[in-house]
Amino acid sequence: MDLILEGLVKAFQLLASLDPEVLGIAMLSLKVSGLATLVSLVIGIGCGTLIALTRFPGKKVLVSLVNTGMGLPPVVVGLFVSILLWRNGPLGFMELLYTPAAIIIAQSVIATPIVMGITIAAMQQLPASLRLQILALGATRTQLVWMLIKEARLPLMAGVMAGFGGVISEVGASIMVGGNVKGYTRVLTTATVMETGRGNFDIAIALSLILLLFCFVINYILTHIQQRERPR
Amino acid sequence: MNQSANVLELQDLTVSRGGVRILEIPSFALRENEFVSLIGPNGAGKSTLLLAIMGLIQSESGSVWHRGVEIQSDASRLAFRRKIAMVLQEPLLFDSTVYENVASGLKIRGVGRAETRDRVLHYLERFKLSDLARRSARKLSGGEARRVSLARAFAVEPEIIFFDEPFANLDAPTRQSLTEDMDRIIRDQGIAAILVTHDQSEALRLSSRVVVLNGGKVVQDGSPAAVMNAPVNEFVANFVGMETILEGVVLSNLELQMAVRVGEHEIDAIGSPLQGEAVYCCIRPENVTVSLRDPAHTTSARNVFPARIVEIASLGPFLRLRLDCGFPLTSFVTRESFATLGLSQGTRVYASFKATSVHPIGKRGG
Repeated sequence: MDLILEGLVKAFQLLASLDPEVLGIAMLSLKVSGLATLVSLVIGIGCGTLIALTRFPGKKVLVSLVNTGMGLPPVVVGLFVSILLWRNGPLGFMELLYTPAAIIIAQSVIATPIVMGITIAAMQQLPASLRLQILALGATRTQLVWMLIKEARLPLMAGVMAGFGGVISEVGASIMVGGNVKGYTRVLTTATVMETGRGNFDIAIALSLILLLFCFVINYILTHIQQRERPR
Repeated sequence: MNQSANVLELQDLTVSRGGVRILEIPSFALRENEFVSLIGPNGAGKSTLLLAIMGLIQSESGSVWHRGVEIQSDASRLAFRRKIAMVLQEPLLFDSTVYENVASGLKIRGVGRAETRDRVLHYLERFKLSDLARRSARKLSGGEARRVSLARAFAVEPEIIFFDEPFANLDAPTRQSLTEDMDRIIRDQGIAAILVTHDQSEALRLSSRVVVLNGGKVVQDGSPAAVMNAPVNEFVANFVGMETILEGVVLSNLELQMAVRVGEHEIDAIGSPLQGEAVYCCIRPENVTVSLRDPAHTTSARNVFPARIVEIASLGPFLRLRLDCGFPLTSFVTRESFATLGLSQGTRVYASFKATSVHPIGKRGG
């Protein structure tokens, strides 16, 4: 019990004193996961919209694959991205392993199917007649796609949040491709793992509290989105 | 064929789905200022026709002409679509403000900001929506949402407007006020319109022409009176709600003056079916008069039958009486005459109707 209390007190002291190391780790986490989410947003919303709005043979299989990808185990992603970026691997020449860029790549791979899957669902949830209505208003194909994305913006935002929530809290891929290098690739989750292993519970708790705060903000926004009414 | 007299013209338009032909229109034209009601059962191809005209579903063959010019390229199809507005059954509003919704068609067309503003404000006003301009489309009642969808359609100032059952599932007063607003603007601006409806009174009230579709084909095309009073076949007769349809056999036909045997009775009618032919006699309820005394000497009506009132139903300003004359007959009476005559269920009366009020339709294969 003392251990927890002591840990909590010290954690709050660390946070209150704006400990540069803790803050640095938090900022890096936000930056890396934010960029990864941005990448997944461009690919996920683009491809997801295309998949949702077109008809082609094998669509069901593809959508199932995307949905499976939404639960991709981070360690598996970490493994394959490590192999790709390994010195003798296909992309070894880029020398990206154990850099923040490697974490961004791995996290993008994790977040993209999440954003894509939610995009497909969001687009398919729009009434089919809405497409007719937009075209009947005189829209071109491009205007149609743009207006549909605008209509689905709330569930799409939920997709973005889910993607971000997924990557900021994953540890497996980050530690494998980032290496948890101090001041360089050490993010909230990898640092928590390490500090816990060392018995530095105060720092670990401080890091966890920041992570929890991020998760709360994400879920608050998600809940807010979900509770809005639909237009008639 | 003088195509330029028509705003819209179709030739040999066919649409198939899954190898089944669901629409087949050899020719159809919509004239300037014309208001056409499209009626028919579900799956008759009414919505398909509108979508095919707009090029929103693939047609198998056929051509669409706008003011004498055939629509061929994708560019001309888009330009044509921008001359039409379409109001669907659901309001299908965008997740933004009422103002933005009404402006959406104008923005799509690239209309300038100042003009968009003027037009949006004008149509918000016409549809009594000015107070709701800033309101989110998510927070509207059903009636308000329909108003917005109508304002959005009219704001683009189309040459042609399509309505696909725009007032379904609305309460009667809302429906009536929306219909009136819509009608007024259409007449003011001389827009040609096609209305898909299930409501015959709506079709009668609004349109100058009624087209009946069934199984993807036009089965009747004429003035509302012609369609309602002289349905071309049994299907149309049933569909337009001709209340009394009697099966009979033609006993004689002398210069179109027919005698038709219906059960044990004989009905005089005017029509072309020949002696021995099986026919349906269609009698509209408003053409059947009810009296307490035998009117044989006071009326020119050729058909007078003693009857008993078996059912009374209220239909707004009048009452619908179901009569038993040995055959079923329906009559409409005003509330006033109902009270004056002191009618009630079981009252014995005389039902009379003219030979010209009986519309005989030859039975298929009869």
